[in-house]
Amino acid sequence: MAKSIDVSDLNIYYGDFLAVEGVSMTIKARSVTAFIGPSGCGKSTFLRTLNRMHEVIPGAHVEGKVMVDGQSLYDPSVDPVEVRRMIGMVFQRPNPFPTMSIYENVLAGVRLNNKKLSKRDADDLVEKSLQGANLWNEVKDRLNKPGMGLSGGQQQRLCIARAIAVEPQILLMDEPCSALDPISTSAIEDLIHQLKEQYTIVIVTHNMQQAARVSEDTAFFNLAGAGKPGRLIEMNPTKKIFSVPDEEATEAYISGRFG
Amino acid sequence: MTTASVRTTSPKRRLGDVVFANLTRTAGALILVSLAGVAIFLTSEGLPAFGAKAGELQGHDNFLAYVAPLVFGTILAAVIALVIATPLALGVALAVSHYAPRRIATAIGYVIDLLAAVPSVVYGLWGIGFLGPKLIPIYQWLDEHLGFIPLFKGPASPTGRTIFTVGIVLAIMVLPIITAITREIFSQTPRLNEEAALALGATRWEMVRLSVLPYGRSGIVSAAMLGLGRALGETMAVALVLSASGVVTFNLISSTNPSTIAANIALSFPDSTGVARNALVASGLVLFVITFIVNFAARAVVARYEPGRKK
Ligand SMILES: Nc1ncnc2c1ncn2[C@@H]1O[C@H](COP(=O)(O)OP(=O)(O)OP(=O)(O)O)[C@@H](O)[C@H]1O
Ligand SMILES: [Mg+2]
Repeated sequence: MAKSIDVSDLNIYYGDFLAVEGVSMTIKARSVTAFIGPSGCGKSTFLRTLNRMHEVIPGAHVEGKVMVDGQSLYDPSVDPVEVRRMIGMVFQRPNPFPTMSIYENVLAGVRLNNKKLSKRDADDLVEKSLQGANLWNEVKDRLNKPGMGLSGGQQQRLCIARAIAVEPQILLMDEPCSALDPISTSAIEDLIHQLKEQYTIVIVTHNMQQAARVSEDTAFFNLAGAGKPGRLIEMNPTKKIFSVPDEEATEAYISGRFG
Repeated sequence: MTTASVRTTSPKRRLGDVVFANLTRTAGALILVSLAGVAIFLTSEGLPAFGAKAGELQGHDNFLAYVAPLVFGTILAAVIALVIATPLALGVALAVSHYAPRRIATAIGYVIDLLAAVPSVVYGLWGIGFLGPKLIPIYQWLDEHLGFIPLFKGPASPTGRTIFTVGIVLAIMVLPIITAITREIFSQTPRLNEEAALALGATRWEMVRLSVLPYGRSGIVSAAMLGLGRALGETMAVALVLSASGVVTFNLISSTNPSTIAANIALSFPDSTGVARNALVASGLVLFVITFIVNFAARAVVARYEPGRKK
């Protein structure tokens, strides 16, 4: 069910502006891959090309290849809507649907897939997804309350529950903990540990410790210089990156000697 | 510490602030005073009509019997207008905010805004001279084929000057205001909510349904109510187009139509005297009250939706 991703020579544009250049990497199935790098180097931009969310911005486009288990993501015959159903995404800021209850939020994606759910199946799915997101115990007595009434950390876990309710093969997370306190952060990290049994997970983070804690592999992105596009500098097993990285720039960034 | 002590000392009154505060206060008071003035005028001038006897009110027994068909016609015309205009306006607003390429969207936006600038007498002339005649064959068709529905009972009007034509003209007149407000609100939908839907694999329309419409729903209600307010009070276009005979009927396509309060005032005021004139003013008071109720209803609806959005 989980899938691997192969990227080769990917250039990413906003209109004429080349934001990220020449990325090639392999992301393993059923493991956690972390993206690190300074602000503006294109981590989010690159992540969003992996489920074709990049192109919803007017003028945004890519060159190059992204293969998911042998299927080319940008093939003209591929429907981006289908891609996004298969590859879920969690954003930096929690974004539950403001007018929906907790219950309806979890089901939003499933309802889009036009599945007719019996009340019983819907209840089961909501419970399973919220359990999966470590949120069930906190909200089980108020499933019909608005999702916006939860705390930030709970909202983020609700968004994760919403994303996993459709059983995607890959889960992309863009700084999912950056707005959260240490306790919610650790709840989400625990969750990532559980989820990788089933899903391929890619996570962007500014928190080195977090990358070291949760990921198997780490990719370091950097800007070649002011006004130049971002590039992938190095991708290696996390242990290696944080002890003996191949590149000097990686070493400098991780140890805080940035430049 | 320092901020706390600063806050407790009374703030220095700056000249600009004082002037501005007084200006706004005056403006606010002025609105209330003029509103009260209108209400007082309508009540005092209209009062004699409530005690009017049969024979003084265009053949009606009392004021209630006189005003009821007018109220009916006013609301019927406005409701027809709203039923036509709201979906159309939402469609245009969505097209402009979420579907059309930017250049085309701006062009459509301009055209819609232009519609708002056309004087209502022009709409009236267009209604009599163009739209009405064009609709005659359609009314005949409706009469023949759908005549079993009370709305289209007929006989079809030979001039096309029916309440339905009025409804269409009014719909076009209220279209710009509804479109402008909803367009503005739709385009303010937070990117975050739209992307939430898209990332779940929503199509464009599903994204609109999941994020844009829920975000805009209180705005849609207030826009529709503003449109309703305008349609209720519209005078010139109705007075020109409608061939009215003061009946109460849901038959939309015949040549006997209910009149509206505003059109009735415009048409009868110049050559009415005494109690008849009081009755017209009193009907104006009724319109005033209806508009108020519509506004309050709109507010109540909006307030009911609001908590979900605020929190
Ligand atoms: N919508 C957009 N339109 C045009 N340029 C954009 C857009 N979003 C991002 N960019 C540009 O693309 C480059 C990469 O931005 P991106 O958001 O991917 O960086 P990031 O690595 O995620 O940074 P951060 O760590 O701050 O989130 C930047 O130069 C940014 O200015
Ligand atoms: Mg980012």
